[in-house]
Amino acid sequence: MTAAATVTGAGRPRRLGRALPGALWALLLLAPAFVSLASVSFYPIVNGLYLSLTNTSLITQEQDFTGFANYAQLWGDAQFWNAWWHTMWFTFASTLLETVIGLGMALILFETFKGRGLVRAAMLVPWAMPTVVTSKMFGWLFNGQNGIVNYILLHAGLIDQNINWYGSADTAMTTIIIADVWKTTPFMALLLLTGLQTIPNSLIEAARMDGAKGWITFWYIRLPLLMPTLLIAGLFRALDAFRVFDLVYVLTGGGPADSTETLSTLSYKVLFSTLQFGYGSAVSTAMFITEGIIALVFVLVLVRQIRRAQ
Amino acid sequence: MNDMRSPLQSFAIYLGAFLILVWSGGPFIWQFSTSFQLDKALTSGSPSLIPHPFTLEHYYNAFVEKELHRYVWNSLVVSLATTFFCLVVGSLAAFALSRLNVRGRFGILMVILSVSMFPQIALVGPLYLVATNLGLLDTYTALIITYLALGLPLVTWVLFGYFETLPREIDEAARMDGVSVPGLLWHIILPMSLPSLVTTGLLAFISAWNEFLFALAFTSNIDHQTIPVGIANFTNLYYVPWGDIAAASAVVTVPLIVLVLFFQRHIIEGLTQGGIKE
Repeated sequence: MTAAATVTGAGRPRRLGRALPGALWALLLLAPAFVSLASVSFYPIVNGLYLSLTNTSLITQEQDFTGFANYAQLWGDAQFWNAWWHTMWFTFASTLLETVIGLGMALILFETFKGRGLVRAAMLVPWAMPTVVTSKMFGWLFNGQNGIVNYILLHAGLIDQNINWYGSADTAMTTIIIADVWKTTPFMALLLLTGLQTIPNSLIEAARMDGAKGWITFWYIRLPLLMPTLLIAGLFRALDAFRVFDLVYVLTGGGPADSTETLSTLSYKVLFSTLQFGYGSAVSTAMFITEGIIALVFVLVLVRQIRRAQ
Repeated sequence: MNDMRSPLQSFAIYLGAFLILVWSGGPFIWQFSTSFQLDKALTSGSPSLIPHPFTLEHYYNAFVEKELHRYVWNSLVVSLATTFFCLVVGSLAAFALSRLNVRGRFGILMVILSVSMFPQIALVGPLYLVATNLGLLDTYTALIITYLALGLPLVTWVLFGYFETLPREIDEAARMDGVSVPGLLWHIILPMSLPSLVTTGLLAFISAWNEFLFALAFTSNIDHQTIPVGIANFTNLYYVPWGDIAAASAVVTVPLIVLVLFFQRHIIEGLTQGGIKE
């Protein structure tokens, strides 16, 4: 990638080069952003990696190099694997639901109808709302006693008695997934809509002329052409879902009975409740690695898709 | 294509649109309605969308007992400062990448983008130690420095995308007139990019306004805690004050919604540029 960029850079005529060395200006202008990202993003990652190899604790004030002891402990830590599986399940379920429902919404918005602007505007509401507020809001909507969701389901005859949504280990994770899907799907739909709009209309017109029905044009023309957009949007969504913290921390705090504990909430507790910065860093580094693997899988699928398309 | 639709298709589209509207607006409308209802009405077992009797009690509780305005002030200071620095640093970087001959500019852009994908929980521990050593815990500064770095990737990407759409003939003309590099940015590119600056500024503002994890870790009292932390801690001793929470939610969300609706077209364009660029 760097090589390609250098080639395009060299191919262009030098702009503004005469007044002052352009390279010097570029360095100067990029420096603040570089300093900011280096100190707040790269340094902590490297430092975290180091901390994960120590027994750093703010309580005992120890900071000795212990090699892979933390990782060995992590490997046998049932709480870690519990959180790992919950995070994977949350990421999988919410990304899948958000992509599928988002695609459905995008297909509706693609049509012209009265009030389309209003619907598009309303879809930004869940996105703009602070996640903490969303979390509290779902706490009220899905409240076990007076929640409106229980009221509606009960009166529609869909359930016989109130469900203790996030207060019971069986349904708590589902409630959190519902809250995440609510908050993120409309935005996903707007991203996919712009993807749909880039598909040339002539292709679909031509298919219609040949007598293709709506489903056929969707399945054989729109969906394949939308695939790269779907995969990229899905990748960003999955990476974001994997970091879920606010929703869980505020709605259930990881409970009941650790049934909604995710990697972020577990790391946070190890770091700031037990103050074991060494072990906590091992948890977050393991998370970083898992996230890297997820990204890799998506990119591999994406590359294959693009190759096949060519 | 409208005329090709059968009545059934039209019906399906309008039904779908209605469902999307209910999905997006419904929960918040209920929350908004809740904020004007008495606790007694909320727990009566027969919920009603129209508050009856209407009360401002929850707003009184939120501001007088819970001192919501102090969290709002903290959030305003932090978010506005973050927005300002994000726009300054981001536009310098985006300008350099778009207009100066930077080697490997796409490589740099990809690195910047991938930074925004780092799990934030992996950053919070080491940064907490740094903040402790520098005496920055319980300060606005720690939050602003952190949020600047979190907001920069998106701001840089969106501004870069916008700068790329400005015709390069302008640069040439400016160069002929002997305009310097900073002059080109300040007098020519930035004034032309005002719509994009407003959008990116809004995005940076919203992300700082909504951030929770770092605010939770770095601040421990109402002097510096921001709104999300304040609302997360909104509990009474023996019960959860859903009405008070609803009132606070309305106070911090309604202004955002108004801003977003006002700038909606720009936001969708801006985010699509930053999020999915092919």
